[in-house]
Amino acid sequence: MTHKITASHIGRVIWSEFKPALLASFWICLLAFPIMTLSINPTNQSFKFSLDRMPYLALGTFVLSILWRFFLKRRAFIGITKAVHQSEGLPEDLRKGPKPSWLTVVKASRYRRQGIYVLLAIMAILPFISSPYTVNVMVTALIYVTLGLGLNVVVGVSGLLNLGYIAFYAIGAYTYGLLNHYFGLSFWVCLPLGGLTATLMGLLLGFPVIRLSGDYLAIVTLSFGEITRLVLNNLTVTRGPRGISYIQPAGFFGIDLNGAPKEFLVNYLRVDPAMDINKIFTYFIILCLVIVTIIFVFRLENSRLGRAWLAMREDEVACQAMGINRTRAKLTAFALGSTWAGLAGVVFASQITFINPASFSFLGSILVLSIVVLGGMGSIPGVILGAIVLSALPEQLRFFSQYRMLLFGALMVLMMVFRPGGLIQSTREVYIHKTNGNGKGDGNGTARLEALTGAPKPEATGERP
Amino acid sequence: MSAGLDKGAGANAAGTGTGSGSGCVDPILSTVGISMVFGGLVALNSVDLSIERGSITALIGPNGSGKTTFFNCVTGIYKPTRGEVILYPALDLPSKSLKGLPADVITHEGLARTFQNIRLFNNLTVLENVLIGRHTRMRAGLWGALTRNRKTRAEEAAAIERSYGLLVTYGLDAMANELAKNLPYGAQRRLEIVRALATEPKVLLLDEPAAGLNIAETAALRDLISDIRENEKVSILLIEHDMNLVMKVSKKIYVFDYGRLIAQGPPDEIQKDPKVIKAYLGED
Repeated sequence: MTHKITASHIGRVIWSEFKPALLASFWICLLAFPIMTLSINPTNQSFKFSLDRMPYLALGTFVLSILWRFFLKRRAFIGITKAVHQSEGLPEDLRKGPKPSWLTVVKASRYRRQGIYVLLAIMAILPFISSPYTVNVMVTALIYVTLGLGLNVVVGVSGLLNLGYIAFYAIGAYTYGLLNHYFGLSFWVCLPLGGLTATLMGLLLGFPVIRLSGDYLAIVTLSFGEITRLVLNNLTVTRGPRGISYIQPAGFFGIDLNGAPKEFLVNYLRVDPAMDINKIFTYFIILCLVIVTIIFVFRLENSRLGRAWLAMREDEVACQAMGINRTRAKLTAFALGSTWAGLAGVVFASQITFINPASFSFLGSILVLSIVVLGGMGSIPGVILGAIVLSALPEQLRFFSQYRMLLFGALMVLMMVFRPGGLIQSTREVYIHKTNGNGKGDGNGTARLEALTGAPKPEATGERP
Repeated sequence: MSAGLDKGAGANAAGTGTGSGSGCVDPILSTVGISMVFGGLVALNSVDLSIERGSITALIGPNGSGKTTFFNCVTGIYKPTRGEVILYPALDLPSKSLKGLPADVITHEGLARTFQNIRLFNNLTVLENVLIGRHTRMRAGLWGALTRNRKTRAEEAAAIERSYGLLVTYGLDAMANELAKNLPYGAQRRLEIVRALATEPKVLLLDEPAAGLNIAETAALRDLISDIRENEKVSILLIEHDMNLVMKVSKKIYVFDYGRLIAQGPPDEIQKDPKVIKAYLGED
């Protein structure tokens, strides 16, 4: 038996999928018949009938359907060969990994550090050589990175589906907006306040949902998001749908950044003269926030608390049996996740200087959730990539704007089918032996391994129920 | 003939009812008249049971006789309708009532369990599974996690060391970085036991650890259970259908049927007990 996909196999698969694909194509043609064949001629108010476009539609759907089925088959096939491979050489295979250790050493840490430095340098230079528009897009992208990482704590790490996450973002933004509008409080005072308010609201929402999980939790959080938006829309304090305008951008020790500093930057660093330097400052604020968030989320994931969240995600009963207080774990996950949304909200308010409830619709929650799912649940680099893709891509696809949501939906479906773990799947930390790090297993371990699997022969593993 | 057997069963049930802790000089865990009622169904009917300190005790009985319900009542997954669960942590320490406490507190008090259908944290590594078992013996909170101060780092390193030590002792160290779901079935069973051990239990409750294991794996499990009793200062309560295993390892056996205790005693007595034979094989 070979485990490789051969050309003849591909041929066979395509042939066996031929008929269903034909059927699918026919079905689509039938459904689309009225809209594809009839067109209105506005000049003389008449219908025009033409079959011109039908062959393209038929061929297109047919080819797509074949491809779709082929990739599905291929995925299943690879899964089977993997399983066969594993059951044949199981003990051998398992010993291949790095030798475990007494102390933590993160995988590939040798190059990771340099990579991070290079990336940081690029990020620091970028706003000075880009256009104002690009800086704006980058700020938005980084805000979504923060949001994604925050929601990742709730959804990806703790497994609590939160469909109202944007509400906490709104709470952060409105905290700054209102305090600035009515009391003239500055950005730097409001940043921690916004985070804190969101945290408290997260706790407040957390208490009633402690006993819920899965679908029920999703429904409650969804409602919370909508309630928050409706409250903001109907209160007079928040000025209803008119929103709050003229919010101050973040200040820099009271210096007018568009005065002397701008002159310096434009003259000596060839910065675009049209640039609003406040935007560059906001960029650095959100960049710092993102860096701090990454460090914190990384530390959390590899801590006692983070492991408790992961355990809760994996199995709620077993996690309690391991002595984890599920209530506390849930509440901290909810509250902490909301904190980052609040902080991002404050930065958002200072970036666009105008907020109204329409900025915080349900679609926003879905977008952030998509970032986490597309990027990879529980994976920090994945979520960052997801945020950049989903916030920057729409900007690049403006010419395509009519079909943007369609494309987005198709992308999500494809992702879920072919790469359910996300763009960058989360990997667990590897522990490597400090004293015996040469990767060689000792004979002792082998003997034990065979004893416990009870299976030096492959057929024994096949007996699992 | 059948009338005579029934009478005998009644007499014995009465006997177990009154004599809680009888034949058990130094119990570590006792239940007194523990009952569990689901709607109209009496899953457990006034069960008195004692586990002697440092011994291996087994619960046997036909399917649906209430063994797992008993485990769930003792470990806090269910709140028993009536009765008491008492832990005697040490001879010189006062006893504690565990009734109605949440599962995580009971684990902290020193009861750890495994599940009939394996419940590992599948997408985490073997070492992380064991580290989660250390949760209740660690202290670091949010602040420690965010600042990663010296105390937290030291605690973390100690926890990793101890978890890895457990993996070495029980032969799982070669797989420390594998995801739990990728382990062979026998190793998953073993990991679940090691994870429970990581909580530093006083009583280890194993729910059908040999279920689904082949003969070689069951033999390895028997050695494992003996090893655990020797290495760790732990008493073991075992639910098992594999009579060979039960008779070999356990010191005392309790037999459940329809939510009641129908017999108790050392393995050789239980094997001969007509009530047990009747419960398992029925009568004509």
